[in-house]
Amino acid sequence: MFIVDYIKDIYGAIRSLLVGMNRTGYYFTHHKEIITQNYPENRLELNLPERFRGEVVMTHDENNEHACTGCSACELACPNGTIKIINKFDISPEGKKKKAIDTFVYHLELCTMCNLCVDACPTGAIKMAQTFEHSVYNRGLLTKQLNKPGSKLKAGVE
Amino acid sequence: MFSLESITTIVQNWLTKTFSPNLALFFEFVIVGVLAIALFAALGLVLVLMERKVAAWIQIRLGPNRVGPKGILQSLADTVKLIMKEGLTPDGSDKFLFNLAPFIVMMVAMLALAPIGFSKGFHIWDINIGVLYVSAISSVSVIGILMAGWASNNKYSLLGAMRSGAQMVSYELSVGLCILSIIVLTGSLSLNDIVLSQQNGWWLFKGHIPAIISFVIFIIAVTAETNRAPFDLSEAESELTAGFHTEYSGMKFALFFLAEYINIFIVCAIGATLFLGGWMPFHLGTWEGFNHIMDYIPSFIWFFGKTFFLIFVIMWFRWTFPRLRVDQLLNLEWKYLLPISMVNLVIMTLVAIQGWHF
Repeated sequence: MFIVDYIKDIYGAIRSLLVGMNRTGYYFTHHKEIITQNYPENRLELNLPERFRGEVVMTHDENNEHACTGCSACELACPNGTIKIINKFDISPEGKKKKAIDTFVYHLELCTMCNLCVDACPTGAIKMAQTFEHSVYNRGLLTKQLNKPGSKLKAGVE
Repeated sequence: MFSLESITTIVQNWLTKTFSPNLALFFEFVIVGVLAIALFAALGLVLVLMERKVAAWIQIRLGPNRVGPKGILQSLADTVKLIMKEGLTPDGSDKFLFNLAPFIVMMVAMLALAPIGFSKGFHIWDINIGVLYVSAISSVSVIGILMAGWASNNKYSLLGAMRSGAQMVSYELSVGLCILSIIVLTGSLSLNDIVLSQQNGWWLFKGHIPAIISFVIFIIAVTAETNRAPFDLSEAESELTAGFHTEYSGMKFALFFLAEYINIFIVCAIGATLFLGGWMPFHLGTWEGFNHIMDYIPSFIWFFGKTFFLIFVIMWFRWTFPRLRVDQLLNLEWKYLLPISMVNLVIMTLVAIQGWHF
């Protein structure tokens, strides 16, 4: 029946509209749901979500050791050439040559925080940090070396 | 009890005693003009801030909170910015019409204010065809919008104006029929008489289900008529940049912006007058004590309270529903709202003739 369909249409439409208005009405009356933060004021107690991506950093443990083997997977994964890996060859105690990282160059000014390098890393050496106040007066300061000076590969990471 | 009527009577008596009748009338005109402009300025500031706060809270944001305490001076700062900006007239535009259009839209909004009763015995012009006058005047604003779109010499503007024309012409019908269904009950076109007829209860409650249906249709149709989301096809910032006012800047843009909010205020005031009893306090049957307390609240507070409630509902619509397509918009009007409101009008007439309403 045409009329029955017509009335069903109207009923369904009104019902779905009311569901939407109920949701927004809930948000309107429940201000505790507000996720906006008053940034400069709450700088000390910022509450950033876990997935927030600020910049790429390399994790170092207390012995100044990192997990980067210099495999260049992140460099290949990067869509816009943000990462440049410069390798060197360590001489192991047995006299064998072994590839190791010399400088992990990271161009923050080119990075889009796409997380592809972190996904590509086979050893979990790099991760996304939550810092976001990156403004500097000199563009050169944005080119960073991620491995700390004097750091070396963690034992057991291949 | 404080009432605006006593103030107007005092002013009226003093003017007629002090000056000759013509001069007194002239001074009254001046006072009314100043009050109307002051109301417009205040409404513009308040409604813009209210819209931004409502939008923010609905979208789980904080909204303006930097200018002044809790951000209450934000719209004032915006106004200062708009006044400082250059009012640009594009090279290829029809300069006369381009500059005239915002004033036409604004004037229409001002004219429609005349018969609205703000408080007991406080209206600019209590004409016996008030409702007809408002619905006639409010359809003139489409001419201003078409003028703006045409004169801008811009495809976006023209498209927006054309959409707005189609929209206003079709939704005018539902608004008219919904207003008629209340007129059938009151038997008067004067807004003052309509308010007085709701002494013992508002038409929304007295008129059974037909009144509720026509109230819902009225709210939907006036949302479309004032070009508000979800019917903001004539502005449609994601498709047409800003529709008919794409080329406007500075104070000329501000006039369009202000006129939009004034129009919302006017249609909500009409809605409040027709369905929610205008400045009439809320009365509950035989509860004498309750009714007495309600009478103590000044009538202009009742009027503005109801109007702002309806404005809030329309803002709630705007920040909840997605925009309709042009075909959906016209389908909604011609296939749903218009037939329903026609049948509703017939039922309402039956109710009025048989005296089934309270």
